[in-house]
Formats: sequence, C-alpha cells, structure tokens
Amino acid sequence: MDRSACQTAGVSSGDAAHSFRFEGVSLDRTGSDGGVLRVLDDVSTEWSLGGPQCVVGPSGSGKSTLLRLCNRLDVPTGGRVLFDGEDVATLDPLVLRRRVGMVFQRVTLFAGTVAANFAVARPDVTAEEGAAALRRVDLPSNLLDRPAGELSGGEGQRVCLARTLLTDPEVVLMDEVTSSLDTASRHEIEHLAHDLTHQGIGVVWVTHDLAQAQRLASSITVVRSGKVLDDDDARRYLRQATAHGTGTDHDWHHDQPGEGG
Amino acid sequence: MDTTSIGWVGLAASLVLVAVALGLSTVFRLGLAREMLWAVARAAVQLLAVGLALGLVLDPDTPVAWAWAWVAAMCVLAAWTVQRRVPEVPGLLPLALAANVAVAVVSLGVIFGLGIFPVSARTVVPLGGMMLGNSMTATVVVARRVVAELRDRRDEVEARLALGCPWTEASRPYVRQAMRVATTTQVESTKAVGLIFLPGAMTGLVLAGVDATDAVQVQLAIMYLILGSVATSVAVMGLGLARRLFTPDHRLVPLRREA
Repeated sequence: MDRSACQTAGVSSGDAAHSFRFEGVSLDRTGSDGGVLRVLDDVSTEWSLGGPQCVVGPSGSGKSTLLRLCNRLDVPTGGRVLFDGEDVATLDPLVLRRRVGMVFQRVTLFAGTVAANFAVARPDVTAEEGAAALRRVDLPSNLLDRPAGELSGGEGQRVCLARTLLTDPEVVLMDEVTSSLDTASRHEIEHLAHDLTHQGIGVVWVTHDLAQAQRLASSITVVRSGKVLDDDDARRYLRQATAHGTGTDHDWHHDQPGEGG
Repeated sequence: MDTTSIGWVGLAASLVLVAVALGLSTVFRLGLAREMLWAVARAAVQLLAVGLALGLVLDPDTPVAWAWAWVAAMCVLAAWTVQRRVPEVPGLLPLALAANVAVAVVSLGVIFGLGIFPVSARTVVPLGGMMLGNSMTATVVVARRVVAELRDRRDEVEARLALGCPWTEASRPYVRQAMRVATTTQVESTKAVGLIFLPGAMTGLVLAGVDATDAVQVQLAIMYLILGSVATSVAVMGLGLARRLFTPDHRLVPLRREA
C-alpha cells in the first residue's frame, strides 16, 4: 500500500504518538420513548495518532459517540477506553478534557468577544497569548476584540479550534467540524489539522465525507451501526463508497481490529 | 368593624357573580361551565376547611407552636406542588423542601428576629403563607427554566465542559439566566404595586378598617419579605437543581422535553 504524505508526517512524531484503545466498548442510550438503543456494540480498536486518524461512517452510526468517549463527555455502558494506556475512567475528567480537547460540529461560540471566549479556556489569558492563538489558526490578531457573533462560520470554527488549543491539548477531537462550512474554509481547517499533527498534537477527525477522510487521514476507521468494521469489510466499504471515483490516490490504511478485547 | 364580616348571606349573594361568569361561558360557548363550578365548589370547601383549622390555631389559648407546625405543613405542601408542576425532573421533592425551609429560616428569621412583627399565630401563619405562596411560583419557574436552558444550550455547555471547566462554571451563565427570569417577575410586580393593583394584604387591612398609612407600612414590609423569599428560593432551587443535572464526573445528564 502506498504511503501518503500524512503518514510520512506521522512518522516524525514516531514513538511519542498518543493512542486511544477501545476494549469491548458498548454504549446503550435510553430513547425518548423509553426504549434502549445500542449506540456502540462491543467495539474493540486502537488508534495510534502519529497522523490524522479519521473515523467515517453514515450518520447515526455511532462515530461521534466513539469520539465523546475519549474525553468522557460520554461513558461506556460496558468495556473501557484507554488513553496512552490508562483507562480514562480512572483519570480526573477535568484534567483529561484539557489533555484531550474537542471541537464540535456546530460552531459553539460563547456570548462576548473572541477574547472572552479564550478566557473560558484559560482565565488568565493575556492579549499576546490570545493574538498568538489566533495566528495559530491563521486569523488576524485584531479579531480578539470582535464580538464572537459577528464572525463567519469558517472564522468561528477556527476560533473554536484556537480556544481549544489554549488548553495545550495533547490530542484534539474534531467532530464533523467542517460539515457546515464552505469549501475554502473546509480546506483551511483540514490544513490546520495537518499542521497540528506536525506539531505532535494527535488529531481524531470524524466525518461522513469519505473524500475528505481520504485526503486527510493516515488511518481510517469505519463505523457502521455501532460496530467498527474489520480490515476486509472496511476496505470493501470504502471501495464501494468511492466507486464513482472521487480521486486518484486513496492512500489510506486503517487500524487493525483490537488485539486486546 | 362592620365591614370585616359579610356573613353567610353576603357570601351567598356574591354567588351572583359566579352566575354571571357561568352565563358568559354559556353565551360564548366557552365550555367552561363544569370547570368553573368545580373550581368554585373546590375553593369553597378548601377555604372553609382551612378557616376552621385556622380558627383553632388562631385561638388565643392555642400554643404558638401550632402556628409553626402550620408553616411546616405549608412547606411540605408547597414542595409537593412544585414537584407536581415540574414533571420533567423526577424526584424534585427533597430539593423543593430544602428551598422552602431555607426561605422560612431566612425570611421568618429576619421578620421575627428583628422584631418587625410580634411572634403570634396571627402573624406567623399569614406571613408564612405569603412567603411560601410567592416563592413556590418562583421555584417552579426557575426549575423549568434551568432545565430548558441547559437542554437548549447543551452544545455550549458541553463545549465548556470539553475545555475542562467544572460543571459549576460550565452551567453558570445558563443557570444565572434562569434565575434572572424567575426573580424578574417578582421585581416587576414589586415595582408596579400600588400603581396598577392594590395588593391583597393591603386590601384586606383597608377593608378591615385599618388606617391607610399603617396598611401601607405592613404591605411594604410584606413585599420586601416576598422579594427576599423569592430570591432565596430561586437561589437554592437554581443551584441545587443544576447540581443534580450533572454527574459527579462533570457530564450533563440527558434532558428531555417536558411530558
């Protein structure tokens, strides 16, 4: 299999790469009608975050939930999730969430200025640190005093990323972060995600956009109906899904089925 | 003191107004006749029963402890009503009870501690009723608003949690908004009082032949009592409920729309 540019990027941070490991993870949710819905069903897989790790699958397949388990916005009904070998259930959630940041599908800016948004992430943030955070996401530092409500969708999502980066995360979870953005903003944020992995920050990127995953990922996990597909099924799924030929170099490989669970 | 008693005949005569309401409901086909009759009958039975019991409590020979017991019973009844009116949060009774007890301790503590009113069954029971009746309404409002705010702003709350904020910080702007809404109603009616309507206590005192200035003083003290009570109950319910809507590991529990 070919080695993509992002894989090469991943190699640079080699053994230091962060990892998530799911061991027999299940999650049941009680629906509004009182019925129990199995969102994740005995998922075992491992992500080594040397390069961008993409998670693809149809909407409602459980891929966002898989992400939310990583920073404990959700907890599994069964099984466990390990971050760098440690069960996340044993870590202080407030510390874990600063080590494992998250950017959401909806641009969730808080009321007030961009600087006020940054202060939620880091209460003692200085103007210089704020400006540096904006530069990190390729935004001009004079945005700092702008009301967050005045930003465009693309700017807003980049401010959300900058806000998350202010907590000095080791990993950033990105949940469909470009799905509501225009093409230019989408590429801009993909580019930023790449930069993060160059800086040694792990990136887990959830998307339903297969072409995007194939552009971006050094590794792809396919989730369908609450299950992570194994090697062959995932390959078949991706081949079928891209049967119309969206690009030439589908340089992906994906993780092995979990060896632990 | 002739104006203070209308007698059974007077009460019966006031039923003419019920007939007017029933007539209007029939003419305009509002279909409320049954509902009205039920409400009128229920109010009569409830109040007569309360009056009977109150007569016993207010009797000068009855120890004032019975008046305090009356207030305690009202605390429980009001808490139970709050729980019934906020079905989207199961098991709200203990929290509502805590809010009422806090209100009673703070408000009655000040009113009687500072000697604003003398301690007697004639003051303890009606002041307790005013205090609990108003704070109960505010408690219901703040409980519903806290749930609604956190549910509708779940994205923002979780974005704050994801930044490592503890639940107290992550929920603060939304709980604050709910508390503002619940308290504002009382602040507004405190501002409007006297201009638009004459409040109940003052109306009662004026009807009973008390001097207008005296009536106003009593009424103002009661308004401030109510304001303090509302603020206290809103704070206890708002913060207490927010706490219940987060897990110990700082996750927002699933919130459903009211049934």
